[in-house]
Amino acid sequence: MDLFEYQARDLFAKHDVPVLAGEVIDTPEAAREVTERLGGRAVVKAQVKTGGRGKAGGVKLASDPADAVEKAGQILGMDIKGHTVHKVMLAQTADIVEEYYVSFLLDRTNRTFLAMASVEGGVDIEEVAATKPEALAKIAVDAIDGVSEEKAREIVEAAKFPAEVKDQVVAALQKLWDVFIKEDALLVEVNPLVKTADGTIIALDGKVSLDANAEFRQPDHAALEDKAAANPLEAAAKAKGLNYVKLEGQVGIIGNGAGLVMSTLDVVAYAGEKHSGVKPANFLDIGGGASAEVMANGLEIILGDPEVKSVFVNVFGGITACDAVANGIVQALELLESKGEQVTKPLVVRLDGNNAELGRKILTDANHPLVEQVDTMDGAADRAAELAAK
Amino acid sequence: MAIFLTKESKVIVQGMTGSEGQKHTRRMLASGTNIVGGVNPRKAGQKVDFDGTEVPVFGSVKEAIEATGADVTVIFVPEKFTKDAVIEAIDAEIPLAVVITEGIAVHDTAAFWSYAGKKGNKTRIIGPNCPGLITPGQSNAGIIPADITKPGRIGLVSKSGTLTYQMMYELRDIGFSTCVGIGGDPIIGTTHIDALKAFQDDPETDLIVMIGEIGGDAEERAADFVKANVTKPVVGYVAGFTAPEGKTMGHAGAIVSGSSGTAQAKKEALEAAGVKVGKTPSETALLAREILNG
Repeated sequence: MDLFEYQARDLFAKHDVPVLAGEVIDTPEAAREVTERLGGRAVVKAQVKTGGRGKAGGVKLASDPADAVEKAGQILGMDIKGHTVHKVMLAQTADIVEEYYVSFLLDRTNRTFLAMASVEGGVDIEEVAATKPEALAKIAVDAIDGVSEEKAREIVEAAKFPAEVKDQVVAALQKLWDVFIKEDALLVEVNPLVKTADGTIIALDGKVSLDANAEFRQPDHAALEDKAAANPLEAAAKAKGLNYVKLEGQVGIIGNGAGLVMSTLDVVAYAGEKHSGVKPANFLDIGGGASAEVMANGLEIILGDPEVKSVFVNVFGGITACDAVANGIVQALELLESKGEQVTKPLVVRLDGNNAELGRKILTDANHPLVEQVDTMDGAADRAAELAAK
Repeated sequence: MAIFLTKESKVIVQGMTGSEGQKHTRRMLASGTNIVGGVNPRKAGQKVDFDGTEVPVFGSVKEAIEATGADVTVIFVPEKFTKDAVIEAIDAEIPLAVVITEGIAVHDTAAFWSYAGKKGNKTRIIGPNCPGLITPGQSNAGIIPADITKPGRIGLVSKSGTLTYQMMYELRDIGFSTCVGIGGDPIIGTTHIDALKAFQDDPETDLIVMIGEIGGDAEERAADFVKANVTKPVVGYVAGFTAPEGKTMGHAGAIVSGSSGTAQAKKEALEAAGVKVGKTPSETALLAREILNG
């Protein structure tokens, strides 16, 4: 889960990383009081989960409380790369002398963590990495050893921080490591980390991504989720405990296992090339136990997507038996119809693996007018795409 | 011969007394796996009956090894306790730990992986969040259905569980030496490369099928490895060409991977290494079939 800047700032403050005072608001008028609290001046910053907001006009300096109201009014509602600005953060102003970059992140390749640091911060760090790789220090951080003062100093030396800020950056890195470890973060990035005119080091803008798998020991993280941004179908699916991602397409997909579902999307997209370019409408992994209830919940979500023209149920029975899946489909259709929902979209079903023949027989016997069976995954994808293109 | 797991393997189950552990221990026993014990400190000394086979419960992995000579552990404990379970297995120096549990926090996996390294990597870790591995006709450590296919000469390594089953099913008439599900988590123990190396060295494997997914650069690195070290034919499949861009890791993530992690990039890297890559699982199976039939 990626956080907004103000949420990252709050986590930094919680772990004693030096930050500027800041408050988040969602109406222009609220800017007046906040700006007064911040000393009469403020930087008004759009809160969007994308880069390049400065260039897009999403960051403005307000010289007094009235100006802050005006600037907040300009930024709220703005569209930045497809993200609507619903909140702005008002932050204290700072007299910036130098801009640096530091981050901690997961290094998949080396199966460890990594620290990155550069004295050329403030700009697009990918650009620095591509054009001046020597300016970006990368230091492996062991998951158990962590960032001791010695390790922090190694990072600071490797990135060639100026002598007068070294001690402060060493301290800031250790605090940022606290954020990374104690909050179960996958990424903690500060860009820029600034030196102000009085020589103080401050984390001016931050990006934090948290590990959803750690929610069992991070009870506060659920509150950080941006529920307003979720697609309504995705939100409904999540409430039912389904692993669903909405896409732009016409063939609804239900499958078991993330890999098989991803593969199903690909196979449907290929098949769609021959059928007016129809595409998969969603990712939906119903997991191992495809009970009637789970199947009904999944079908309900997919049939609730007005773009969907046909549905492809692609199940390989590994541990799950296909007869259970077939019963699930039959009962799901009955369940939906008993709830008064008109099921009008055709379902193409492919069952293979454990008890496939039994499962196919159940569907054949049920003889539902909208259910059609195809023996192979590629064949079924083709048929579902054909039906969606009609 | 097979890789990592044979009929000689003596298998214990950490979390055998839990519901998932019980269910799959029964299945593993039914497919002929030599299960010699379970581990649960609160139930040490008890025995669990699986359709007439009594399996003893030990207080720790170390005790189980001392009593039975176990050399494989399959871990089903809940995600909150998985890190400690793996560390216990590493401390006991068991040669192979198969971590089935899904939903483990990345910091926990990073910690047990680091711990394994500090202890000299005496324990091969497969997973987490994986279906385990099966050497058909010999032994089954994990949750892969044993009745999909038979012993044969194809080696399979896959990030995805259900695609493992699908591929075993597609090529069920030819059969497999060993099928290894390595899991698709950001940090995993055994990699594509580890399995490719083992299959290359296994005289009973003639062809290798590798299945990848979007994310990370494991497939790209596996491609480099194939080019330099694998003389047996390799057929590949990559899932996720149309998958939406996942949660971005900020700019920093892309820099570290050194690759976009897209399915297209992986396919191209594999093809450049001489790996035949199928567009669908069925087409991939067909490519394997064509090579084996000459």
